[in-house]
Amino acid sequence: MSVDLSQFIPTFLEESFEGLELMESSLLKLDAGDDDSINSIFRAAHSIKGGAGTFGFDNITEFTHLVETLLDEIRDGRRDITAKDKELLLVSVDCMRLLIEAARDDADYDEDKITQTTQLLEQTLDIKSTSSNVEKRLGNSNTGKPKDKIWHITFIPEHHLIQTGNDPLLLFNALADLGNLTLKAKTDLLPAITEMDATELYISWELTLTSDASEEDIREVFEWVEDECKLEIIEVEPTSVSNAIETHDSSDTRIAVATELSNVATALATDKSAIGIQSSEKTDKNKAKSKQDLGSIRVGVDKVDSLINLMGELVITQSMLSELGNDFDISKLEKLKSGLDQLLQNTKELQESVMKIRMLPISFAFNRFPRLVHDLSLKTGKEINLVIRGEQTELDKTVMEQIGDPLVHLVRNAVDHGIESSDIRLANGKPKSGTITLDAYHQGGNIVIEIGDDGAGINREAVLRKAIEKGLVDSGATLTDSQVFDLLFEPGFSTAKEISDISGRGVGMDVVKRNIQSLGGRIQVESEPGKGSKFKVNLPLTLAILDGQLVRVGTEVYIIPLITIVESLQAKEEFINKVSGDMTLYRLRDDNVPVIPIYQLFNLPADTKEVNNSLLVVVEADGQKVGLMVDDLLAQQQVVIKSLKDNYQQVEGISGATILGDGSVAMILDVPGMIEMAMKRAQEKQSEHTLEGALV
Amino acid sequence: MDIQALAKDIPEQGEYSLEGIDFITSGKQYLTFLLAEEQYAVDILCVEEIRSWEQPTVIPNAPKYVKGVINMRGIIVPIIDLRLKFNIGQATYSDITVVIVLTVEIEDQSRTIGFVVDAVSDVLNVEDNEIKNSPYFGGCVPQSYIEGLINVGAKVVTLLNVETLQLIEKHKVD
Repeated sequence: MSVDLSQFIPTFLEESFEGLELMESSLLKLDAGDDDSINSIFRAAHSIKGGAGTFGFDNITEFTHLVETLLDEIRDGRRDITAKDKELLLVSVDCMRLLIEAARDDADYDEDKITQTTQLLEQTLDIKSTSSNVEKRLGNSNTGKPKDKIWHITFIPEHHLIQTGNDPLLLFNALADLGNLTLKAKTDLLPAITEMDATELYISWELTLTSDASEEDIREVFEWVEDECKLEIIEVEPTSVSNAIETHDSSDTRIAVATELSNVATALATDKSAIGIQSSEKTDKNKAKSKQDLGSIRVGVDKVDSLINLMGELVITQSMLSELGNDFDISKLEKLKSGLDQLLQNTKELQESVMKIRMLPISFAFNRFPRLVHDLSLKTGKEINLVIRGEQTELDKTVMEQIGDPLVHLVRNAVDHGIESSDIRLANGKPKSGTITLDAYHQGGNIVIEIGDDGAGINREAVLRKAIEKGLVDSGATLTDSQVFDLLFEPGFSTAKEISDISGRGVGMDVVKRNIQSLGGRIQVESEPGKGSKFKVNLPLTLAILDGQLVRVGTEVYIIPLITIVESLQAKEEFINKVSGDMTLYRLRDDNVPVIPIYQLFNLPADTKEVNNSLLVVVEADGQKVGLMVDDLLAQQQVVIKSLKDNYQQVEGISGATILGDGSVAMILDVPGMIEMAMKRAQEKQSEHTLEGALV
Repeated sequence: MDIQALAKDIPEQGEYSLEGIDFITSGKQYLTFLLAEEQYAVDILCVEEIRSWEQPTVIPNAPKYVKGVINMRGIIVPIIDLRLKFNIGQATYSDITVVIVLTVEIEDQSRTIGFVVDAVSDVLNVEDNEIKNSPYFGGCVPQSYIEGLINVGAKVVTLLNVETLQLIEKHKVD
């Protein structure tokens, strides 16, 4: 019997990442003497090691083994955990993540970083270590191969060993890998054949192993069956192993460890800050990322149960309706109506439950922040508390994946620009350590994520000055606070005096805003000088369904996302203005709104080609209002978004398609894309014109 | 139990002998169809289904031969008129106009596209060595779409490459 182990590798990787996250979050919370945390960290490391060994990722096994040894010492109370140890363990977690990611993507990793950390771990272990493992390791490196020992092992498994999925043969194979193995099977416990149960194991073994392995190594082989057998391991001919340990000047080493540690930490932190800002790096990472995106979701059993219940109700309704249809006459009309109502109810509930499956608590996105803030506070020397609220608020998986980077950027900004250094804070009568608050809650059909800090607030004057300097605003203009804060999201805007690793390159905020907008959300800023700022991100709960307004142009039906619509109106002649050649503007109160006739943009036949008296749907995107000219306004309804890219390609001005109640396909309009298209057309027209002019 | 070993025991296609049924084959099977007077063929394993013509939803600013998209059991499927694409015959749409829906896996991604043709005609059994290279001069169909020619009696059937057909819109010029 051979099992193809490779099919379990994705599961192992997924669980390892979860384990790493657990290790990281527990490490950040870890205080001395906290047995529960250290135990859970140890267990996570142990399962990663075990799994990596099973799947043959030797580099992970070796590295994790060192980490585990350190953890073991802390767990047994042989070592007091210091801040340095904690930092080293955090760096080790990063290295493990590197290794596991490399295993997942089948890619190369930064070997220097691993070697460096490995050395650090070894040095740390040397100082205080009494563990035989490390002695052996040292013995290995200093005196060459130690002499082989002869181990006598008695292995008496309980009868049900096979039933628990263990195979003695695999154990023996693993032992044989350690050295020279001879074994003798003892059959004295074998019952008479009539009483024999084929699923039970009656044989016990006596094994002799000649190997340089330690008793621990051998015990490890039997790790999984330890509770289900009698195991005796005796060293038969004790040989003297030279346990030569180099005597280190411990204080020297400690200093070396400390400095090197901070080097690694800085290197890692720099790497982290680089991600998400440098778009050039992104292209390399895209491949890995797309792999990650395909990952699985863990769904609570309760959610699946409710789905099954709903499915049951749906089936009952369906059978009721089909019975009704078998011999239908007009007297049963009432019954049919109530049946259809029930069907509507069932499908709605089913839809909601299915959508819930894609919903994950936002803690998945928030998880990375304790570590991020920890690293940043080390780097900037600012003391920062992170408060996270509403972690259980649920959000669609796709939205979650795409909101991560913008949030990181906002938090990084809060640390770098928001929170002041400790002495300034004390001078201003504030508590020494700053506080960053992450909050998430539902509001209507949206989720709101707030990133707040109690720092200096946004300097209105500095922002305004910079904007005038960059020519974004006229020097005489008077702006409201929110208008000033919106300037932060302009491309190339940064008020930071110096560009730091963390932020201030001025590429960030406009990207943040664009990412949030591409998810159909928006971002607002509130700030009070001296008290702090708050960024409010408003996102739709899901990307799969959208509220749409159905409109007709000629024979085609299009869907305008309801969220973009400002108002719909019938154009009146007195408000229509033709300006600058061929552009139509519509005066909407104080605004002049450019009119885009959809039929022209999409080259369609239409009923009405005259703007006068036509229907205009005023939509807003990127702060720009435009009037879309349509032939008719139809119903409003929720539509399921389907991709056009799957079987065709991206179409300009169209964000996707959906299937209407009658089974036909309707296109969903991409309002920002349409505005861009209209602008491009206008430019083409202008350049044609200038060309003609030049020829004349 | 080793499933792969079991799978090896399953006889290859063609070892079955079902008497009186004429789809016994050792080579590959091809679906042939008509564009005007000419016969064309595609690998039958790529054929998802054959549908009658229905008016698709127009894709804005698409090339002329892309007629639009239809809903095929919840999947949005683009419809391409091969007669317009290859410039063969007249593109008329009637009750007997047929759409052949083809699915191909390209780089782990399966793409489904419907192709409008004049009529579906036959299923051919063809050995690989019966497929001849097409001469390098000729008609409206670009060489990259042609996999080879098959002689059927006195007639010649053009075997189309389904993968390049599916990439059709990538060659599109605006």
